[in-house]
Order: sequence, then C-alpha cells, then structure tokens
Amino acid sequence: MTDLTTPLAGTATADLPPSAGRVAGRVRAFLHNPTALAGGVITLALVLLALASTFGLLPHDPVAQNPPARLKAPSAAYWFGTDQFGRDIFARVAAGVANSGLIAVTAVAFAAVVGTLAGVVAGFYRGSSDAVISGLTNVLFAFPPLLLALSLASVFTRTWFTVAVAIAIVYVPIFIRVARGPVLSLREIDYVRAATSIGEPRWAVMVRHVLPNISSIVIVQVTLALSWAVLTEASLSFLGLGAPPPAPSLGSMIYESKTLVTIAPWTMVAPGVVIVLFVVGLNLLGDGMRDVLDPRGKDWR
Amino acid sequence: MRTLLRHTLVRRLVTALATLFGVAVVVFVMLRAIPGSQITANLGIETAALTPEQRASLEAYYGLDRPLVVQFFSWLGGLLTGNLGWSSRAHTSVLALTAQALPVTLELALLTIVLSLVIGVPLGMLSASKPNSARDAAGQVVGLAGLSIPAFLLATALLSALSAWLHWNPNGAGYASPGKDLGLNLEQMVLPALTLAFGIAAPIMRTTRSAVLEIRSEDFVRTARAKGVPPRRLQARHVLRNALVPIVTMTGLQFGYLLGGAVVVEQVFSLPGIGRQVLLGIQQKEYATVQSTVLVIALAFVVVNLLTDALYRLIDPRVRAA
Repeated sequence: MTDLTTPLAGTATADLPPSAGRVAGRVRAFLHNPTALAGGVITLALVLLALASTFGLLPHDPVAQNPPARLKAPSAAYWFGTDQFGRDIFARVAAGVANSGLIAVTAVAFAAVVGTLAGVVAGFYRGSSDAVISGLTNVLFAFPPLLLALSLASVFTRTWFTVAVAIAIVYVPIFIRVARGPVLSLREIDYVRAATSIGEPRWAVMVRHVLPNISSIVIVQVTLALSWAVLTEASLSFLGLGAPPPAPSLGSMIYESKTLVTIAPWTMVAPGVVIVLFVVGLNLLGDGMRDVLDPRGKDWR
Repeated sequence: MRTLLRHTLVRRLVTALATLFGVAVVVFVMLRAIPGSQITANLGIETAALTPEQRASLEAYYGLDRPLVVQFFSWLGGLLTGNLGWSSRAHTSVLALTAQALPVTLELALLTIVLSLVIGVPLGMLSASKPNSARDAAGQVVGLAGLSIPAFLLATALLSALSAWLHWNPNGAGYASPGKDLGLNLEQMVLPALTLAFGIAAPIMRTTRSAVLEIRSEDFVRTARAKGVPPRRLQARHVLRNALVPIVTMTGLQFGYLLGGAVVVEQVFSLPGIGRQVLLGIQQKEYATVQSTVLVIALAFVVVNLLTDALYRLIDPRVRAA
C-alpha cells in the first residue's frame, strides 16, 4: 500500500464507519430508534434510582438493621419487602445498582481509555509496538473472562476499586482489538497520509484525524462493555469476591436469598428482576447505538 | 496447497506457544504479587510470629530468595515435567486434583454445547426465514433474555424452585461420576447444562441468523433457486453449509469460555469441576492450586481455539486457499 498513485477510496474506506454527522441528527435518529429509546429509558430510570440512593433520598437506609421487621412481604412501607435482618430491600437494591454502576463505569472507563489508546498506537505505528500490544492482547484473550477477573480480584485486598481494576483488565484487550482494526485502514487513507506528509506530528494526526473516526465504534463498544461489566461484577459478588460487605450488591443479595427464597421469595425476585433490567437496558442501548452510529456493522460483535 | 496449509497451521502453532508462554508469565506475576504467598498460605496468621531467621529459612526453602527469573523458570520447568504443585488441604498433588476435575467440566461443556446448538441454530434459521416478522422479533427477545439473565441467577432460581416445589435436587447428595452411576450423573448434569445453554444459545442464535441472512442474498443462492433447487435442499446444502463457518467459530469460542466460565454454575450445583477448583483454591488461599489450574484452563482454551481454526479450514476450502 505504498503506491501513492493508487486511488484508495474504494478499498480502504470500505470497512470504516460513516464519518461523524451533526449531533442533532444523531439525537433524532436515537429518538426514532425504538431499541435505543427503550434501552435509554430503562438505563436512565436505574441511574436516577442509584442517584436517589447515593444522596439519601429514599425512605429507608440500605444497611440499617431492624429485627422486628424481619422478612416482611412487600407493602406500602417496604416496597420490595425486607430481608432476614429487617433491612429494606428496595433501599438495598437501589444501593446495589449504585455500587454495581460505579464499579462498571470505572472499569469500562479505564478499559476504554487504555485499550483504545493502545489499539490506536498499535494500528498506527505498527512495527514493534504493534507486536508487543497484539501479543499482550492474545495473552489476555487466552483466559476465560470471568476466570481472569476472579483471579485478579483474589490478588488484591478487596475494595470496590480493586474489583473495578480487575474487571477493567479483562476488557482492555477488547478495546484494543476494536480500535486497532479500523486504524489499520485509516492510516492508509489520503487525508491521513496528507496530514503526515505535510509534517504534522504523528500524535497530532492520531488525535485530530484518527481518534474522531473511531469514536462511534468505541462509544458502541462502551455501552455493550458496560452490560458485561455489570454482569461480571454481579457474578464476582455472588461468588463472594466482589466489594466487601456491608456494601449492598445485587450479586451477594441473590446469594443470600438462596436459603430464604421459599419463605420470602421477594428476597430473590427483587434483586433478580433489577439486575436483569439493568443488563437488558444496557444491551438495548448498545444495540440501538450501533444501529444509530454504525449502521454498517449490525452483527460484528 | 498442502504445504501452504501446513505452513499456516505451523504458524498458528508457534503463535499459540508464544501466547502460552505469555500466559505463564502473567499467571506467575499475578500470583507473586501477593507478598510471601506460599509462606502465608501454609502458616496463615502464624506467619506474623516468625522470627526473621525463621522467615529467611522458609523463603530459602520455597526458593523465594532467588531472583524472580530463576523462580519463574524453575516453576515452568516443574510444570513441563508434570509437577503442578501440592495441595496441602486435599493432601494430594494438584495434577491429581486436575485430572479428576477436568473430565467433569469437559462433560458439562460438551452437553452444554450440544444443547446450545440444538436450541440456537434452528431458532436462528427460523428468525432469518422471515426477517422483521413476529417470529423474528420473538427470536430476538429470547436472544436478549439469554444474553441478559445472569447464569448465577438462573441457576439459583432453578435449583431453589425445583428443590422446594418438586423436591427434586439430584445435586444435593454428592457428585456421581458417569462411570459410577451414569443415570444419576446425567440427572446432575441436566440443570447446569440447561442453565449454561440458555446463555450460550443466544450468541449462537444471533450468529446463525446474521450468517443465514447474509448468505441468502448471495448470487449463488439466487442461481440455485432459479435452477429450481427445492427449498429444503437449498436451506441445507447451500445456505446452512456456508453459514457453518461463523457458527463453528462462535461455538468454539463459547466452548473455550465454558472451560473456565462454568465456575458459577459448578459452584451453585456443587459440581467438582475445574472452575470450582480455582474458586476453592482462592477461598483456601492455596496459590499453587490456583496458579496451576488457571494455567491448565488457559492451555485448554488455546488448544480449543487451534482446533476450531483447523475445523473451519476443513469446512471452508476458501480459508484453506487464503
């Protein structure tokens, strides 16, 4: 691909996303896409719930025990009932969404920044940095994701932050792959080559011309990765390797409800329904964003 | 052409070996990050009572006073000669533990994959046969549910519901190997395999749907239809055969994930598989067990990926030529 006279338009641009349109157009497309809209509404509702819990706007405290009110069925006072210590399940579910959300957002933010940068560098510079980064990606991909998160989480003293880091490391290689592929063809496109040949520094070319072009792919991936991160966090806390108690977590709530489910089914139903809603919302949002931002690759995952 | 095939496979093999070496380094670094792991693991809180001389002699005993590179290669050398370490809780070698646990996980993974294919491929074809219809939408909803309902939730709910209401809990009374009691063994495997298959059928379904849709719009299918090939034969010979490549890739990937990713389901249903061995090792702070088992799982994962690669070379002559 060093022959500058060859027109590259048809070949190199073929697997690139459409260039960034106006924001208003994107928003309109988003609002007209039922999948994206449904996912957005569910996610927004859960974010509001988490915020209400974080700022103490809910009627009950998620960790305050109240033995006289043990295992009460859902009622006007306790919307989702109470658990074996008389704690309000609605408050605990809300706090659990806040905790899971915090861990998932931190993990995905870290993975997206590190992974995208590494992927762009690997794809843009090629050569030895590509060999090292791609090699590391292959190594991390050789671990089943949950197992890697599990082993990493066991290494650190557990806090919500170390759990987030463990999950982040699992998702870094995904962002590397997602970013590296399109950069390989972007670097051969005329205007990128032109920018390089008029002497723009390479980092400027990357920031000004390469990054904006992969932004929509990365945004879609962020939404989908959020749903996996929520699932991973819940699985870890179900196995007793999540953020330590008494911080409520949806996964550990389901683990604790195992022995209670026959006498107090709401202890499992409430966190179960909420976690499924959480993941469904993020999945729908991700699928919808993909339709809106990246109509070419509906099924590339 | 044959030499070319051999070349690509050889190249893949070399990459796989390099990856495995990297995996060994990562596992080693990850578990050495725990300060004084082996000593703490054996002595627990008594570690704090050690005098500096005692600690130094223990460190020399475990080789912790040697340079990290030396430690790494002596560990790796041990692994290559089958010395995976010793589990002091189980009073047996990690190799023996793994030899017992691996078949359990393999059986579960195989059953799961068969179930997922039986559910996922027909559903995907059904969805694709009438895109954007009610049945397609129903298929998509099932797929979304499969992707969104966590395995631990489904497993816990199934187990609690069936044991409470039907008093059916075959996993309650210890694991039965297929050699000992095949009937009971299969009964114990049904729920875990169904739980996992529910999640894995979803990506298989989505892959089948998109592959079938893509292939149906190709020229050779139109030609075949114009020639008067009966629809059933068209589906089987022309469409499905070509859709197999992405389906096989996806299945291989999922099978690999199952080898370590079944940990949650193994834990809920008390199946003594390889994932549970890692979890138990973590809980009991037996780092030799964790270290070696994670490595074995990664090895299995890389091997499965190589086999998948070889398999679709067999299915699709175009890949062979490329």
